[in-house]
Amino acid sequence: MKHVVVVGASAAGLAAVETLRREGYEGTLTLIGDEPYHPYDRPPLSKQILGGQWEPDRVPLRSAADLDALGLDLRLGVTATGLDLAGRTVALADGARVPYDGLVIATGVRPRRLPGDGAERAHVLRTLDDALALRDRLGPGRRLVVVGAGFLGAEAAAVASGLGTEVTLLEPAPVPLAPAVGERVGRMLTRAHHDHGVDLRTGVMVAEVADGGVRLSDGTLVEADEVLVAIGSVPNTGWLEGSGLPLGDGLECDEYSAAAPDVYGAGDVARWHNPLFGTAMRIEHRTNATEQGMAVARNLLSPEARKPFAPVPYFWSDQYDFRIQAHGWLRGHEEVAVVEGALEERKFLAAYRSGDRVAGVLAVGMPPKAVRTWRQAVATRAAWRDAVGELVPEGA
Amino acid sequence: MSGAGGGAGSGEDKGVTMRVEVDVPKCVASGQCVMIAPDVFDQREEDGIVVLLDERPASELHADVRESAVVCPAAAIRVVEK
Ligand SMILES: Cc1cc2nc3c(=O)[nH]c(=O)nc-3n(C[C@H](O)[C@H](O)[C@H](O)COP(=O)(O)OP(=O)(O)OC[C@H]3O[C@@H](n4cnc5c(N)ncnc54)[C@H](O)[C@@H]3O)c2cc1C
Ligand code: SF4
Repeated sequence: MKHVVVVGASAAGLAAVETLRREGYEGTLTLIGDEPYHPYDRPPLSKQILGGQWEPDRVPLRSAADLDALGLDLRLGVTATGLDLAGRTVALADGARVPYDGLVIATGVRPRRLPGDGAERAHVLRTLDDALALRDRLGPGRRLVVVGAGFLGAEAAAVASGLGTEVTLLEPAPVPLAPAVGERVGRMLTRAHHDHGVDLRTGVMVAEVADGGVRLSDGTLVEADEVLVAIGSVPNTGWLEGSGLPLGDGLECDEYSAAAPDVYGAGDVARWHNPLFGTAMRIEHRTNATEQGMAVARNLLSPEARKPFAPVPYFWSDQYDFRIQAHGWLRGHEEVAVVEGALEERKFLAAYRSGDRVAGVLAVGMPPKAVRTWRQAVATRAAWRDAVGELVPEGA
Repeated sequence: MSGAGGGAGSGEDKGVTMRVEVDVPKCVASGQCVMIAPDVFDQREEDGIVVLLDERPASELHADVRESAVVCPAAAIRVVEK
């Protein structure tokens, strides 16, 4: 292997190039990213950056010197526009054609948007520039409407209200995040919004961003000075259309995270078959981006010793004064049991059952050892009966 | 750590000295470092924030420490090698 190209210069792409070098790859290594910045970290954008505790100099993932030491052919501010799979070249917007023998696709996702007259002025929150633009508009005397009470919308609502902004949070589902974390944990999150003075309205469908607010599907206008749209994201696979690579909900990869011979996907953009859970998944979590970037680098370099990518997914989210941490695959769970602590005190550990196995665990305010022990139960695919016992089911 | 490949590149590298730095305010208490290199990292009982146990780990731990630095989801671990 003489030339590896990595498209997408963020968490997954960086992990791939670093791992390639660490594993002894000495050939040409091209890292292509359309943002003008060195790879930086996104989770702080909706936390310390939005809240003003950190300035942008805190978010680069590596120092310039550490990046330099990787000996990269680094092309920033350049978009990949096409892929010739048979000819093994990536086309760039600046007209360049970059040949490869190994390719890592790590182009992430972009925010889904809403239509409407005010759509142009609505905020999204994905990039550093997005976060700085929104932060400029928050504070006492301002009204912010956040559309979507998922983890991102909820974090932004919490931070904005902490800055004195009057926040309305609109969510179509009756209980926010219920499919992800279950109804009881979802209701705990609902209470947290109310306790902190955020006006969470559930069962509300937003039709469009209007001038001066958002228009609901029943025609009502919810007035706001600023609108943040946080309704999920779309994988950045447009540049791969027509390339012959399998595209569906993201780049479709096998259990090795490969999409074609010597072509791998990693991070938010990649959907792959996780053999540990026996299902295909696409994960938009920070840790997965790194782990998958590392895994594909190793598989690319050692085709004869490839390993399936079989992680226990992990995410955290900061909400007001507490942090949620979850390990495993909670989607599609059939039962939730609070196995330690109490939901009401916002100190608890909840286990999630799929079939007869512990599929995941979610913790708030619990000692790290307890969380790691339960993570181990997920990693070993422990039987629910053995790990949780015959607890009375407390509803999903 | 399961899945992300486990065994890092080189095993022991005698003669290389390593210094580990952690940027504590960046840590998000994920525990990834503790799972990979429990002799070098621990977590505070009350909030899970990283505790550096061994600033100059022995050579047989170097591979795991490098792995931790890459995996850390907050880029809070830095490894300086000479
Ligand atoms: C505000 C915010 C808060 C978050 N908080 C958390 C959290 O608390 N916990 C958690 O687990 N996760 C969190 N996440 C998710 C986490 O940040 C992502 O999972 C992670 O960034 C994914 O990394 P990635 O490298 O796969 O993709 P990305 O970070 O999306 O990077 C992809 C890169 O590729 C570039 N690109 C796209 N198309 C092209 C192209 N055609 N040519 C060249 N470059 C291209 C993009 O511009 C981008 O720079 C958060 C995300 C955001 C936005
Ligand atoms: S891996 Fe990083 S974020 Fe996680 S506990 Fe260790 S230092 Fe903190």
